[in-house]
Amino acid sequence: MPPVHRSVVYDWLRHDKKFPHVWCPGCGLGILLGSLLRSLVESGLDKNQVVLVSGIGCSGRLPVYVDVNSVHTTHGRALTFATGIKLAKPELTVITVMGDGDATAIGGNHLIHAARRNLDITAIIVNNQTYGMTGGQYSPTTPLGAKATTAPYGHIEPSFDISALSATAGASFVARSTVYHITQLDQLLGQAIAKPGFGVVEVLSPCHTNFGRQNRLGSQVDMMKEFKRKGMRVERWRELPEGKRAENIPLGVLVDRDLPVFGQSYQRICDTAGKRGEAGK
Amino acid sequence: MAKPRAQLLQGNEAIALGALAAGCNFFAGYPITPASEITERMSREMPARGYPFIQMEDEIASIGCCIGGSLAGKKVMTATSGPGFSLMQENLGYACIAEVPLVVVNVMRGGPSTGLPTNVAQGDVQQARWGTHGDHPAIVLCPATVAQCYELTITAFNWAERFRTPVVLLSDEVVAHMREKVILPEAHEVEVIDRRQPSVPPDWYVPYKTDGSLIPQLANLGEGYRYHVTGLVHDERGFPTRRADEVEPFYNRLFGKISRHFADLELVKAHQMDDAEMVIIAYGCTARAAAAAVRIGRERGLKVGLLQLMSIWPFPRRQVEEALTGKRLALVPELNMGQISREVKRVNDGRTQVLRHGKMDGSMITPDEILGRLREAK
Repeated sequence: MPPVHRSVVYDWLRHDKKFPHVWCPGCGLGILLGSLLRSLVESGLDKNQVVLVSGIGCSGRLPVYVDVNSVHTTHGRALTFATGIKLAKPELTVITVMGDGDATAIGGNHLIHAARRNLDITAIIVNNQTYGMTGGQYSPTTPLGAKATTAPYGHIEPSFDISALSATAGASFVARSTVYHITQLDQLLGQAIAKPGFGVVEVLSPCHTNFGRQNRLGSQVDMMKEFKRKGMRVERWRELPEGKRAENIPLGVLVDRDLPVFGQSYQRICDTAGKRGEAGK
Repeated sequence: MAKPRAQLLQGNEAIALGALAAGCNFFAGYPITPASEITERMSREMPARGYPFIQMEDEIASIGCCIGGSLAGKKVMTATSGPGFSLMQENLGYACIAEVPLVVVNVMRGGPSTGLPTNVAQGDVQQARWGTHGDHPAIVLCPATVAQCYELTITAFNWAERFRTPVVLLSDEVVAHMREKVILPEAHEVEVIDRRQPSVPPDWYVPYKTDGSLIPQLANLGEGYRYHVTGLVHDERGFPTRRADEVEPFYNRLFGKISRHFADLELVKAHQMDDAEMVIIAYGCTARAAAAAVRIGRERGLKVGLLQLMSIWPFPRRQVEEALTGKRLALVPELNMGQISREVKRVNDGRTQVLRHGKMDGSMITPDEILGRLREAK
């Protein structure tokens, strides 16, 4: 992959939007933003043909900085808006950016149905294991026993594995990376965008402000080092003995399969219905 | 020219056909009684024309999908009933603040909650006005006949496109399921309004900057005008703002683009009002019983007239005031405990006695009940 010059990424930012961005210093969302821009440039896409759709939360603020068509929707509903945009204009590249609470709690129903339907949409799910914007309440990916502002005695619910959930629900492409593994993240985002069908990229990102602080996980740098320590290519991870797997996080392409894509199936329905002549008679 | 063909149509079917006549080319919905026939009809009509149709996982997804389709340039509709309409409220507000043209059909049934799923009611009148949070303008239309289902669906699309706002078509179970003979107009006889497109090239484009109409010329996604759409209060460029000097003009414009056209938005039908001493003010299926009551009452020598409200929000204040002027008595029959009679009382100058007749047993109000109520009041 040839290196992308910094100025190319700069060209994809909105300069009439006043920076600095809303995120805390050290947040992983800025790293993801850079990675997404590099993968978009690499993909050779026309800015006019890209739509970035987000929900609510820290991740929801990402599209506003990007010089593409950007839609900041309601909490949990990014995929429903994205579905409408893709159905209306199949030629557009539609990418959603959601958080873990956004995508798997309030928007969990839409996630599994978008995956099942397998529309050609890329879903980036930023997993920081908490509701960061609202102050650190527990989310569906908060680990057992962790502290949250709504779990002051420790969290008692098991957590979702976002990638496994998406795969089981029927997504064509599922990958996981972290904001530490930037080169890998660039590549995975590019692959997900290129892949026909529903693609999910789970991006692990630290929320040192509202998750790390409550759980004494140290600074943002300490939390990044954890990703470095635990992150492992999924090919290597699969060779680990069962007992060793839990302490490592499998990264890379988890699922890549060719399944019927909604748009193509719907086109066939249109062709059949159109041939039957005037409908409804 | 071929002779116009009469058809026997159901109200729900007429809504589907009216949508198509208005240029609807995108539909997303979720099954619910008594609105499912609209979604079913659209599932046949849309693919045959190469237009998107999708049954989503719930009503929240249906309206979200429609907003996405509308932003991408389609003329969109979804159809539901009370429980689904409740679920749509948050995104209805999104369509309002982000100025997305959208038609939502709510075929009213008994509520609250699951209520009386297969019975008629008119309990969502105030919800259609105030259901979403935050203060906002609303346009709501209310058909009483199968022909009006067709006509008002076209009006709903035209107004949604013209004002860039969601328009609710508030039908009810009786109007939805009854069949009447209708003669639909030819396609060229239907006036169709489409949203305004940007008049400047992308480099000069400021998406939410408006002319005297106060209605922004928002580009469809993917047509070279890259801008930001958000449910946050935004400045002229579409970027979130909390500055009071930007927030206040924003809300003023959002309300103003509707309120300066109040006169155009008052749709009513007057029957036998010229010499009437008493007036019945009714809407939806109840207006049918009221029309029969007027006919029977006139035969018995009662000087009674009917004002049918076809637009209920913005409340057709001037038309109602005019109808009340010089009348001894006004009766507002409705299938709720007084949602519109309260509005009529609000605009009454005090010289007319305004009575309500509310019914909530799951059945229609009959002409006899209306006549009985008029007799009591005499």
